[in-house]
Amino acid sequence: MTSNDNSGIRINNLDVWFGDHEERVDAVIDAEFSVPLGGSFGLVGESGSGKSTILRAITGLAPTWSGEIFVLGKELGKTRDKEFFSTVQMVFQDPYASLHPRQTVDHVLSEALYLHGFDQPDNRIVKILDDVGLSQIFRFRYPHQLSGGQRQRVAIARALIIEPSILLLDEPTSALDVSVQAEILNLLTDLRAERNLTYLMVSHDLAVVGHMCSKIAVMNLGRIVEVLDVKDMRKMKAENAYTKQLLEASIQRRREA
Amino acid sequence: MTNLLEVENLTVKFPTRNGMFEAVRDISFSLGRERLGIVGESGSGKSITGRSILRLIRRPGILEATRIALEGEDLLKKSEREMRKIRGHKISMVMQDPKFSLNPVMRIGDQICEAYRLHAKASKAEAREKSIKMLEAVLIRDPERVFNAYPHEMSGGMGQRIMIAMMLIPDPQILIADEPTSALDVTVQKEVLEIMDKLVRERGMGLIFISHDLNVVSAFCDRVLIMYAGRIVETCQADKLHEAKHPYTRGLLNSLPQLEHPVDRLAVLQRDDAWQTAPSVSGTLEADH
Repeated sequence: MTSNDNSGIRINNLDVWFGDHEERVDAVIDAEFSVPLGGSFGLVGESGSGKSTILRAITGLAPTWSGEIFVLGKELGKTRDKEFFSTVQMVFQDPYASLHPRQTVDHVLSEALYLHGFDQPDNRIVKILDDVGLSQIFRFRYPHQLSGGQRQRVAIARALIIEPSILLLDEPTSALDVSVQAEILNLLTDLRAERNLTYLMVSHDLAVVGHMCSKIAVMNLGRIVEVLDVKDMRKMKAENAYTKQLLEASIQRRREA
Repeated sequence: MTNLLEVENLTVKFPTRNGMFEAVRDISFSLGRERLGIVGESGSGKSITGRSILRLIRRPGILEATRIALEGEDLLKKSEREMRKIRGHKISMVMQDPKFSLNPVMRIGDQICEAYRLHAKASKAEAREKSIKMLEAVLIRDPERVFNAYPHEMSGGMGQRIMIAMMLIPDPQILIADEPTSALDVTVQKEVLEIMDKLVRERGMGLIFISHDLNVVSAFCDRVLIMYAGRIVETCQADKLHEAKHPYTRGLLNSLPQLEHPVDRLAVLQRDDAWQTAPSVSGTLEADH
């Protein structure tokens, strides 16, 4: 079944669970939202609320799910094909863990190109390093020779080099310093404008999500408790009690200061 | 107020292939019965400063200081054996990552009991009772279950609360908390900070709170030292942090996204080489009032 809407990602009645029978843990319960093509959508909530699990279900990393997931109007099945991976790419939280320690930046990027059958790897690597603001001297370096911010730039380059249209961002800056976080968030904003990308971003930091996204879903204990516009969020116009609590907790810190 | 801890002219160096790297350069500060925040980016030397107080700098790292005094006693003159009695008992430390601080093959309860019984003469039953109380104090919902669980069964946030429980159980005078709440959610973060706040006040402890999060530090501490490239560039009252003068502190503050004040692009910190060579500001308080 294909739908006619122009959504980048649409999710209906999504349940994700781990374990069977009495050991079953419901990580996501009846999630529903859609991200318009070219839009930017945020998922916020505490750890264990299921926000990352939704991303993992979309990418096929959490195989036990039910419901409907549409990517560019096409429904996803049990497995992900090559076309899916050339449309959707993911940037993980920890740049220290998501890059292979014994592969150079060049190796990581060429492998992505090779897997997706791109030609002219040399030109593409030079260009993507430029685009993510890394000097060419980093091309033949290993991850341990890079700083956290540089590694996250490499992770973004690795995701974008195969020209996807949707980027899943799982806490892309939570392991970085605030000064570096500002640089990476600016980079992501610029890249989205240049390439008309669709972002689905997970973060526990409301200020970061508020900066990056136009709409957010608040998750608590596996359920989406509220979907609201960032404009309303800034005005503290939340309906749900949990959302209010979360908003207050993150704004209060600054007020007290 | 008397100073619990006085650090004078602390320098920590690491030999590298490209010569000596000075992670901390000639800083002085003191700690009373207060909550002292140390903020800075990664690599600014804030964690190394925390470790130096416990003399936890491994060779080939070199620790030099005129004096590191705990209630007037110079820690630099202590033997390694005497230091072991101070670590945990008088000064304890909560490290950054609970995954690497907890023993993965030992039950959580046993680890907390061990921390307690190492410094206090107590029976196993007493230690168990005290451990469970401590787990309750850090808002662990099901302390009996957690007591018998292994660290891998815990989430990052739970792990850090267990670490805090373990570090506070010997009733130390000074707690060094190195990014203790970075792994926690905002709502939980506040609860944990409140617990630490309560304990620091009740027990008259001194707290050194190391963090990269300017908002948390300014809301939670009394006094703040701002570090850059191994030096203290500025010190101020925590509630006045947002009026800080140094361009580095200002840059850090401006690079934070704010919910109430949306901007299209975040301000990026412009670094000045002069910050690296400028002399350290003293963070010592006069011990008279």
